[in-house]
Amino acid sequence: MAHSAVGVIFSNIHDENIPELSRHRTMASIPYGGRYRLIDFTLSNMVNSGITTVGIVTKNNYQSLIDHLGSGKDWDLARKDGGIILLPPYSDDTDAPYTTRLEALMGITGFLTHRNEDYVIITDCDGIARVDLQAILHFHEEHNADITMVYHEETEPVQSSYYITLQTDAESGRVKGLKINPKLKGGKYDLYVNIMVMSREFLINTIQDAVTRGLSSFGRDILTKNVDTLRIYGYKFGGYYATISSLRNYYSHSMELLQREVRDELFGARDVYTKVRDSAPSKYNEGAVVKNSLISDGCVIEGTVENCILFRGVKVGKGSVIKDSIIMQDTVIGTNVSLEAVITDKNVVIRDRRHLAGCDALPYFIAKGRML
Amino acid sequence: MLLAGGQGSRLYALTNNIAKPAVAFGAKYRIIDFPLSNCINSGIDTVGVLTQYEPLELNEYIGNGQPWDLDRAFGGVHILSPYQAKKKQSWFEGTANAIYQNISFMKKYNPDYVLILSGDHIYKMNYAEMLRAHKATGADCTIAAIEVPMKEASRFGILNTREDGSIYEFEEKPKQPKSNLASMGIYIFSADKLFKYLEMDDKDPNSSKDFGKDVLPAMLNAGERMFSYRFHGYWKDVGTISSLWESNMDLLGEDPVFDVSDPDWKIHSRNPLAPPEHIGDEAVVSNSLIALGCEVDGYVKNSVLSSNVTVEEGAEVTDSVIMAGTVIRKGARVHYSIIDENDVIEEGATVGEPKESGNGIAVLGRNISVAGSVAGGKIIDKDYRGE
Repeated sequence: MAHSAVGVIFSNIHDENIPELSRHRTMASIPYGGRYRLIDFTLSNMVNSGITTVGIVTKNNYQSLIDHLGSGKDWDLARKDGGIILLPPYSDDTDAPYTTRLEALMGITGFLTHRNEDYVIITDCDGIARVDLQAILHFHEEHNADITMVYHEETEPVQSSYYITLQTDAESGRVKGLKINPKLKGGKYDLYVNIMVMSREFLINTIQDAVTRGLSSFGRDILTKNVDTLRIYGYKFGGYYATISSLRNYYSHSMELLQREVRDELFGARDVYTKVRDSAPSKYNEGAVVKNSLISDGCVIEGTVENCILFRGVKVGKGSVIKDSIIMQDTVIGTNVSLEAVITDKNVVIRDRRHLAGCDALPYFIAKGRML
Repeated sequence: MLLAGGQGSRLYALTNNIAKPAVAFGAKYRIIDFPLSNCINSGIDTVGVLTQYEPLELNEYIGNGQPWDLDRAFGGVHILSPYQAKKKQSWFEGTANAIYQNISFMKKYNPDYVLILSGDHIYKMNYAEMLRAHKATGADCTIAAIEVPMKEASRFGILNTREDGSIYEFEEKPKQPKSNLASMGIYIFSADKLFKYLEMDDKDPNSSKDFGKDVLPAMLNAGERMFSYRFHGYWKDVGTISSLWESNMDLLGEDPVFDVSDPDWKIHSRNPLAPPEHIGDEAVVSNSLIALGCEVDGYVKNSVLSSNVTVEEGAEVTDSVIMAGTVIRKGARVHYSIIDENDVIEEGATVGEPKESGNGIAVLGRNISVAGSVAGGKIIDKDYRGE
């Protein structure tokens, strides 16, 4: 039988990692993979795991997120009971809005106490993966854990400004050590991927205890301090997991979608839901040359596109050559343009005969609405 | 009131199990998306869809009408199927009878005007402008009309009109047409007149219960004010294999004959859940429409591919319409064909012949596997292993 759980998604928490893309939006609403926003992967994992009550914690810049989510119907989350519940910051005259995850959780205790699900799954929006959350709930129950933290084995240096690594007992899965922002000397390490499971009751008690004791950091005050006393377990996620923590790895992880195995894993078995836009199908005119690229609906291609990701409604004019680039929604590229390793945000216009190039390590970024 | 119950027998294998309005069109649409989008774009938000033949898939597609913004607390879209009643039980017999049997549905909304549409045409039309014309002429019935080539005129209901657009004669499929002004099967009636003539028509034992053959001539004979409304845009009856193919091809090109990407007149549809299409390293795609979820590694030219179609390496697709989920395996060739959903064209198979051969369009029904070679103009609706 499926475990009942309520989802809590933090939409803002890693904004500072990608200032380029989160200047006007939340981490959750950063466009990804041609027709998605980062939150779509997390929300789809919830829906596909039978979790249909999802609180979304917001702080600032969440207009684009509200616009994206609408009533939640595109995720089948427009429900009478539950569905998507936006949780904007709560503050009265005496309190400033939250600054830490723990304070944010204190602000949503009302939401948590009024639900009746057994468990809470807390996640962020920085992960691209297909995760079976029921399997994690099952693991949590089986190990009689207080907290289950999901981790993924990484080799690349982490680029986030805040991260947690775990040392787990290989036999039992029990977390023995938990470090915040440790210096990594290279080699393998287990990165906590910001998916955590607790019973709803445990979470509410923990929050109330933190309030009375004046604690402020979930990582420092609760996890690291209690790693020996609490039953914290690590759940190893073995599939494809891309943590987006910089513009550079946003770029490299996006490009991984051009590999069939990655697409098959992310999109093959279950659907990834997103907002529907009613674009026309993409049109490849005579003279179009498209190689190894992902193309969304509503595009019109008359030039050359190689190793690219084109979002919805992109136009590529005649004689233009676009390589190794991510071109976001409604970008218009004129004629005889050449782009290499470029990321354009939404609604960019690139006039005829412009030549722009970045490199793998530093893709050339063009901000939303700019005209070149 | 959208007539969507027709079998569409001239689409052969494509309508074996679905009603004609549910047939896929233009990579991501179904035929019924066009009248439904026209309705909502024209500000009409109460729509009855009359279904009869194989309604399952059509009903599922329309659902609660949300993709067309027709899920409303008042009005919205309603599926109207034949029903049993105390005094009678019958199928819809003819277009007029189908509307007659749903008089109580219409009366519930107490309309001033009723727009009658059919679910088998591809076009963009602002019905609000037609209604404005209907009111301006003070007509009892206004019929949308378009000029067709004279040699094709005998396939249509032909309107013979005076200079002011009023109709003095209506001929259903005349052998010797007097004009080339064809009825588009789109009528606006003043509601009380419609109800009156439908009730009269129902009592007439000699009537075939058809708008074109019975109701419109009866109104004209009785001296009611009937006007034509000239339409000048793109309009295509996609009731035959060749017209369905042509209409799909009309979407292609730099300056397409028919444009579905007009931001001011969006064609709404139930969108497939699929990732962006992937065009592979070895692929060649030219003058084509490709929908989400396709994986193209072969050669595609002058074709329309619906969602989740796979074209493997070395496969070739030219001048064809491929519907959702079909797989064209390595080295297979598809020329001048319409291939329905979820087929598998096996490795090395050949479907159809190049357009120039003059042998016509090959048609494959849904959910079949095809090996060997299918000649141009053939219609196949079962698994096929060559002759």
